[in-house]
Formats: sequence, structure tokens, C-alpha cells
Amino acid sequence: MFLKEYINDVLKAAKSLLTGMKVTGYYFTHRKEIITEQYPDNRATLQLAERFRGEVVMPHDENNQHACTGCSACEIACPNGTIKIINKFDIQPDGKKKKAIDTFVYHLELCTMCGLCVEACPTSAIKMANTFEHSVFNRNQLTKRLNQPGSKIREGVE
Amino acid sequence: MFSLEGITKAIDTWLNAHFNSTVVLLAECVLVGVAAIALFAVLGLGLVWMERKVAAVMQIRLGPNRLGPKGIFQTSADTLKLIMKEGLTPDGADKFLFNLAPFIVMIVAMLVLAPISFAKNFQIWDINIGVLYVSAVSSLSVIGILMAGWSSNNKYSLLGAMRSGAQIVSYELSAGLAIISIVVLTGSLSINDIIQSQQNGWWIFKGHIPAIISFIIFIIAVTAETNRAPFDLAEAESELTAGFHTEYSGMKFALFFLAEYINIFIVCSIGATLFFGGWMPLHIGNWEAFNHIMDFIPSSIWFFGKTIFLIFLIMWFRWTFPRLRVDQLLNLEWKYLLPISLFNLLLMTVVAIMGWHF
Ligand code: SF4
Ligand code: SF4
Repeated sequence: MFLKEYINDVLKAAKSLLTGMKVTGYYFTHRKEIITEQYPDNRATLQLAERFRGEVVMPHDENNQHACTGCSACEIACPNGTIKIINKFDIQPDGKKKKAIDTFVYHLELCTMCGLCVEACPTSAIKMANTFEHSVFNRNQLTKRLNQPGSKIREGVE
Repeated sequence: MFSLEGITKAIDTWLNAHFNSTVVLLAECVLVGVAAIALFAVLGLGLVWMERKVAAVMQIRLGPNRLGPKGIFQTSADTLKLIMKEGLTPDGADKFLFNLAPFIVMIVAMLVLAPISFAKNFQIWDINIGVLYVSAVSSLSVIGILMAGWSSNNKYSLLGAMRSGAQIVSYELSAGLAIISIVVLTGSLSINDIIQSQQNGWWIFKGHIPAIISFIIFIIAVTAETNRAPFDLAEAESELTAGFHTEYSGMKFALFFLAEYINIFIVCSIGATLFFGGWMPLHIGNWEAFNHIMDFIPSSIWFFGKTIFLIFLIMWFRWTFPRLRVDQLLNLEWKYLLPISLFNLLLMTVVAIMGWHF
């Protein structure tokens, strides 16, 4: 009985080791599986993963409109104070005042690309872009304004 | 036809024609030494490069590819870097032992090279107890490792050295028993005789299942003996930072590093000699025509080809298997490998006595 278990153990071990070796052996003989990107040689044809997080951007449509309501949820969500929302009050046609975004300040040099701000935004106004060549000579250039000058909130976004 | 034997013969006759016998002996000793060191350098550079390439492809990467075609000069550049670095000796270390240890490890590796037959009639020292010599001397390297660990005055080093000691001492046994099972078949300890006995087929084919089992045990045991993953507890980077060579830097570190690869080469060449016929070309029984064609491939190519295949196998292990725990390591040896190899030895003896092998 003991001997049977013992031999079983040995055989099982051999089988699982061979399974492992099969995987690495497959990769060894199939060079097309290699996923290394030879940046910067292949800068033109670089393939980045969909989920790659390069920086936070605010997409604008063709009418220079965005979806940010200025609710500051992203600012609160950010763990390291990267975002500063400056609000203003728009006078609406009916004379009422309405809160709106004046400047969305984004400090790229502080951002850890955690993506929490994107998660927090109730209107999906911001997203992570996959640009990543951010080097500049002056760190002032890393402080960005994400809402474009003269842009407005899109109709119907509350 | 190209053969290493021709070169040595030519040098020998030339020397003998021009000088007296004492000078010839001295000159040949120097030449052998230079050749051995050159082989070490080439092996060190080549095997490290090979390891990095194999590792890379198995992990779906490219590996070194900047310096020279396919990154072939990367290891030379690394060596240059190591030569330039300062070889620190820590304050609390036992200076003499600390500086001696890497050389002991290296010298042991060099000594084991002596009886290995690289090609037909191309051997530094044809000694009639070759296999015994190899297994005896190769276990001396544990002294160098213990020395390094003890003299570093560092707990990581000491732990690494102790683990290494436990490991080498226990795996020595099953490696030895695996070797003995081939010696049982051959009836000789001389490396040359063992190779000659495989004239009509390699032992791994002729020796039936016991030979295959002892080959598997041999390859597991030598992987453990050379401190390679999955048995690299002695230098486990993640637990012991680097084990016994934590405190070493510069060229002294390089010697340890080199010795690891030299040891792999040596154990693989022993494995190739015992199970795959060393430099003996692939011969099948008495198919004269086939054997004759195989003889056209130079024996040195056969030897290095088989050795590199075994080295590749060991590298394959390293990049596939996770590291064992200490207790698992000792369990594997004492509860599995040792009983199996003892039983296998018995089986092999029966095969040899009954003459069941071809
Ligand atoms: S990605 Fe993270 S760190 Fe960067 S702005 Fe958003 S919340 Fe802040
Ligand atoms: S980006 Fe989104 S979360 Fe941030 S202020 Fe604008 S609407 Fe609110």
C-alpha cells in the first residue's frame, strides 16, 4: 500500500515537471511568441497594450466640448494631490447660476498613473492615454491644463 | 580530417625534435595550463551568454541583443566591468580565508578538468580511476563555499554556505550511485575505458530502463550539486541576497560566477561521457555503413555537442522550475532519490550479471 503511494508520488511529480518543461520548451522553439518591443527602434510601429496608462487626458469632441461638470470627485480621489479643480459660475439663459469647470490643473510630475481619478469620475470626462514620452527640460511644462481654452461642457451632461 | 589529436601530436613531435625531454615536459605543462585557462575563459563567456539567451527565449523575451550580433559580446563587456570594479574586503571578515575562498573554488574546478576526455586521444591525464577522481575532487568545492560563507562574517553568507554544505553532501550520494551504475556495466573506472565500451552504442540506449533512471537521477543530483535552480538555496537571491558570495565584489565575485559555469560544464561532460559515450560518435550495433558515416564527424564536435545539450537541459530546468524549500530539498534526496538509486543499482547489477544489456 505504502509502496503504491510512493510510486504514484514519483510518477505524479515526473508528470507535473514534464508539463512545466513542455511550456517553456514550447516558448523556446516558437520564437514568434516573443513579446519584447524593441523601443525606440520600432517607434513607428510600437504596439502598446490597451490598458497602458501614460497620462490623464480629457477628451474633447469636434465642438470643443467635454463632459466635465467640475464636481471635484477626481481631485478627492487622487491619493497624491495631482489634480486641482478650479470652478467658476456660468450664468445660464434663464438667469440662474451654474457651477462649471474653469481650469482642470494636472501635475503630471506628481501623477503615479494609478487611474483612481478615472474610476471616480461620474461622467467619464477623463481617461488614461497611452502616450509616454513625457521628458521635458523645464518642469513647469509638466503642469498641464486639461480642459482646452474656450471649451464648454457638452449639452445634456449633468 | 580535423582532429584535436593531430594538433597535439604535431606540437609534441615539433618540441621533441628541437629540445630535450625535460624542456619538452615543462613546455607541455605550460601549454596545457594555458589551454585550460583559455577554455575556462571561453566557457565562462559563452555559457553565460547562452544562459541569458535561453532564459530570455523561454520567458518570451529577446535577451542581450545590443553588443555585437545577437549580443554575443555582452558577457565580455560585463567581464571588463567586473575587472574594473574594486574588490572590497569587509572590515569584519577573516581576510586570509575571504581572499583564498574564490581561488579554492576555481582550483577545484580546474583539477576536475584533468581526466576528462575532450576528443579521441585528447585528454590531459589518462588516469585509471578517472570517475572516482572526478567525484572525489568535485566535492572539495564545498570547502571553498563554506570558507567563503564563514569568513564573510555575514549571516546571509553563513546561512547560504551551510545550506550549500548540506546540499552537496547529500546529493553527492545519489550522483555517486548513478555513476556507479554505469561503472557496474563497464567494469572500469577509467574514463577512456568507459568511452571505449560504448563503441557499439551509448549506455543510455544499451542499458535499458536502469540506465535511463540513473541518468535522470544523475542529472537531478548534479543540478543540485552545482547549486543551480531549482536547488539554488545556497544563493537564493530573494532570501539570502546571494548566499555565500554576498560580500564578494569585482573579480573575486567573477571567480565564483565563473566557477559555477565551469562546474556545470564539467558535470555535463561527465554525464555525456557516462551516458552518451563522450566523444564516441553515434554507433548502432553493427550497422557498419551507418557507423562509418558517423565517424566522419570529428570526435570533438560529438563531445561538445553532447555536453552543450546536457547544459541546455540543466538551463531548461532552471528557467522552468520554482526553487525548493530546504526540507523539501532534503526530503527529495533522502526519501526519493537515494532509495530509488539504490534499488536501481541493484537492478543494474542484475542486468550486468545476466548480460541483458547489448
Ligand atoms: S492617475 Fe492617480 S495619481 Fe494620477 S491624477 Fe489620477 S488619481 Fe491622481
Ligand atoms: S473630471 Fe470628472 S470627476 Fe473630475 S471634476 Fe470633472 S466631472 Fe468631476
